[in-house]
Amino acid sequence: MNGWCGKILRIDLTTGEYSTERPDMDLYQKFIGGRGMAGHYLREHITRKWSDPMIPLLFFTGPLVATASPTSGRMTIMSKSPLTGAIGDSSVGGSLGNSFKKAGLDGLIITGKSPFLCGIEINDTEMCIKKASCLNGLGINKTAGYLKGKGSYAAIGPAAENGVLFSNIIVDRHFAAGRTGLGLIFASKNIKYITVKGSGRTDIFDSKALKHARSDIMRLISASPVLLGEHGISNFGTGALYDLMAARRMMPSQNFQKTQFKDAGLMNAFAYKQKYGFKKNGCKGCHIQCKKIGGDNISIPEFETMSHFSALVNNNDIDTVARANTICNDLGMDTISSAATLACYFEIIGKKTPSPGEIISLLEDIGAGRGTGAKLGKGSLDYASSVNSSGSAMAVKGLELPAYDPRGAYGMALAYAVSTRGGCHLRAYPISHEILRKPVATDRFSFSGKARMIKIAEDINSIADSLTVCRFVFLSATPEEYSRVFSAVTGIDMSAQGLMKIGERICYNERIMNALNGFISKDDDLPERFFKNSGSGDEMIKNSPLNRKEFLEARSRYYKIRGLDQNGLPTNEKAEELGLVWKN
Amino acid sequence: MEKLIKKYAAKLVQNGLAEEGFPLVGAIDADIFWNRRDKLCDIMERIFNRLNIASLIFSRPIEPYKSIIDYLAHNNEGIIYPRDCETRTFLHDLPVAGSFDESGLISALEQRKCVIIRGEGVVTIGGINPEQAFVVFSSVCFACFVKFFSDYLNDARKGCLTHEQQKIYNKVKGYLKPVRRFDNSLIRGPFKDQNEVYTAIIEAGRRVVEYRLVDSFFGNISCLFNGKLYISETGSSLDELQGAIDPCPLDGSSSVGITASSEFSAHRGIILKTGCNTILHGHPEFSVIISMDCDMNGCGHKDVCHSRCPHKRYFNDIPIVSGEVGTGPFGLCNTVPEAMEKNSGVIVYGHGVFVTGANDFNEPFSRMLDIENACKKEYFNRVEEAMSKNSFK
Repeated sequence: MNGWCGKILRIDLTTGEYSTERPDMDLYQKFIGGRGMAGHYLREHITRKWSDPMIPLLFFTGPLVATASPTSGRMTIMSKSPLTGAIGDSSVGGSLGNSFKKAGLDGLIITGKSPFLCGIEINDTEMCIKKASCLNGLGINKTAGYLKGKGSYAAIGPAAENGVLFSNIIVDRHFAAGRTGLGLIFASKNIKYITVKGSGRTDIFDSKALKHARSDIMRLISASPVLLGEHGISNFGTGALYDLMAARRMMPSQNFQKTQFKDAGLMNAFAYKQKYGFKKNGCKGCHIQCKKIGGDNISIPEFETMSHFSALVNNNDIDTVARANTICNDLGMDTISSAATLACYFEIIGKKTPSPGEIISLLEDIGAGRGTGAKLGKGSLDYASSVNSSGSAMAVKGLELPAYDPRGAYGMALAYAVSTRGGCHLRAYPISHEILRKPVATDRFSFSGKARMIKIAEDINSIADSLTVCRFVFLSATPEEYSRVFSAVTGIDMSAQGLMKIGERICYNERIMNALNGFISKDDDLPERFFKNSGSGDEMIKNSPLNRKEFLEARSRYYKIRGLDQNGLPTNEKAEELGLVWKN
Repeated sequence: MEKLIKKYAAKLVQNGLAEEGFPLVGAIDADIFWNRRDKLCDIMERIFNRLNIASLIFSRPIEPYKSIIDYLAHNNEGIIYPRDCETRTFLHDLPVAGSFDESGLISALEQRKCVIIRGEGVVTIGGINPEQAFVVFSSVCFACFVKFFSDYLNDARKGCLTHEQQKIYNKVKGYLKPVRRFDNSLIRGPFKDQNEVYTAIIEAGRRVVEYRLVDSFFGNISCLFNGKLYISETGSSLDELQGAIDPCPLDGSSSVGITASSEFSAHRGIILKTGCNTILHGHPEFSVIISMDCDMNGCGHKDVCHSRCPHKRYFNDIPIVSGEVGTGPFGLCNTVPEAMEKNSGVIVYGHGVFVTGANDFNEPFSRMLDIENACKKEYFNRVEEAMSKNSFK
């Protein structure tokens, strides 16, 4: 077998038993790997409660991992989201995916619950479950010290152990498997960490063809101002977007009550570079190196974190942003949800300008499950609803919104609403064309054509998550180039459209899973604020409220294009066309 | 969406790529829209339904592209391999279908952004909107033009021109636009304020397109003013630069220029090396063709001329340098600024021309036009020379 290892490891933590599974080639061809394969294995368990020991925790790499394919050092971690009840997944970098492949594994499926806090250690063909009670309550940094020399690792911090619904899994200290609370799945199974070390190699079908296909992609990456340009993410990290969002007046401020932050010019990526003198870092197998590490080995905040811990909570102290980021990473909490939940809280209690001390102590309280922090640890929607202020929760399907105000990019508005994991910018990332002008610029204040653009982008990004490569690379390359890489690595003839068809299947499978948990059209919606209140406009940019009728019409078109009924539910006809099962 | 399909149908005609009444431009959201009804709409709609795309253009190109593309389609087995920079970077190669056979077209478009239908025209697609399909259409015309004339010169030197090749050459020569002159009528510098900078850039961009010194919308333009480099945005159409110019501080204190042209680094490098204030970059066809005409027989770098040519090459006194788009290890930002230290114009192998000015865009525009006119003249001289040599054999 080329590309894939052909092997998946299953561990039942309740019994401590493990086994290996060798999937048919048909299954690989149907779902590829990463998000696609994980979704396939999650499907039959999706109606279980997230806390049910039998809910699987899935780790899947893709066929391109541990090859010379550009940006291919990623993998997917998936389960049911404790925060939203929808599917929960995260594409994560670092070296974990690479290590899985070198250990001869395409995936790992963990079920059951360990009777004790444990660590799972995989070393090539060896696997052992170790007691980890000595790590109970330890932050990521100290845990990382303990795991030194054991290979790549995924671990949780105290936030997950204390029940925070938006707790993360942290990989190799600096890379978060973020958003939907997957850290809590670790905690619910009594896992503190997983380490993976391997020495194998991935077989390639046609190395010469891979070299050629790789050079086509490398050329496109070099031509991309967003990726390798002087102002791009290779030089500044994803924080490179900060100035642009401010300039476009779509930087969510004061819990999305405004879209302009007056101190943005002082808190941009350049300011972080000046202050912390960061150097480049990144995922295994990626030359873009968008991760930035400052002195004392601290992670420089990503764009979303920079924006939300400044503009969204109305904080103009750059050190507080950096500290909040460090605390969230060490506690193992999602920075977007943490900041957005704080912003929601500040709005509800009427605090317009919280002090740095208030921000930091509340974060620590959330991680520790203390006082008000314990309530905020359930997420903004739960907290706001508990005090009869659900309108202040800026979330979709319970997942807090990232740092692109939807009033400034209508495709983003639609993408947030229909995303299968909730308020997520990454499923379709229309910012690529609405703001970054790639592959061409579109009118950001129009819904025209956006339904299909979102559907196509969702399909493409699900392919990125399944191959598994970085989504950012699709700001320059396309499935056209990656289909050639795929064929060179696996020996399977594949076209761009062939990959996109698989992407369509992966997305539809997720819609089916959400539908089975009761998600319908009313959940594919945005907070009312965006339809009632304007953003911060000026003479050039109006930032009017979204037109509800136009939004609903675009969503209706999306349903039609995606092959859903007008309640957002799958249909038997479309499911059958894609080789999936859905009983409506 | 209807507005966009009409815009790009008209633009295909305005930009000299297709004849009035020929372009068929379609876009789909939930439903398909066409710029006009045509008997081909049915087959194109079936293509739409089979592919995960958002836009499609079919048109017969206008002359000289029509004859050139037809010729190349008939004389290349299934795929045309142009070697210019744009094709290498963005299109890779150009598939050819023998007819309107639906499955053949779908099969080609499943893999690439375009397909040439022998003797009929070109189909291009986009995943976002009709602009993408328009850009691809324009790039196909440019790539085939450059390939045809490059191949012709090479074959003339080898003495292996076919009768058909000569016939097409003589025909398309007649369609080439006469040499144009420029009257230095762009806004005069030094510019007073930021508004004048924007106006001058917009005006110069339009003129570059009007003079056909750039294909599709690639090419870029910049002006240094008060410590900021005002530069056209990536993917911006040079004839539509209103609202598509990024002011980038040269000290790097803002990353707002993340949307600036992919050649920002080259422009910045040129400014710092030369002290100039204005830069134009276009893709004039014959400059590109001449840059690819290298007579260094036995050179061990033949496959990497575009990225790693180690030789100092010139056309007259104008340096010809290697370099790919953007900022990679072989990016033209590493070669062009240095080459421009002693020259106000540089040709990048298989790609285009960079020219600079002191105060405004008159000087660089004039320089670019002169370079292109000289290259065009030189091309036909070289063909004649090759033909006469071979006639003595």
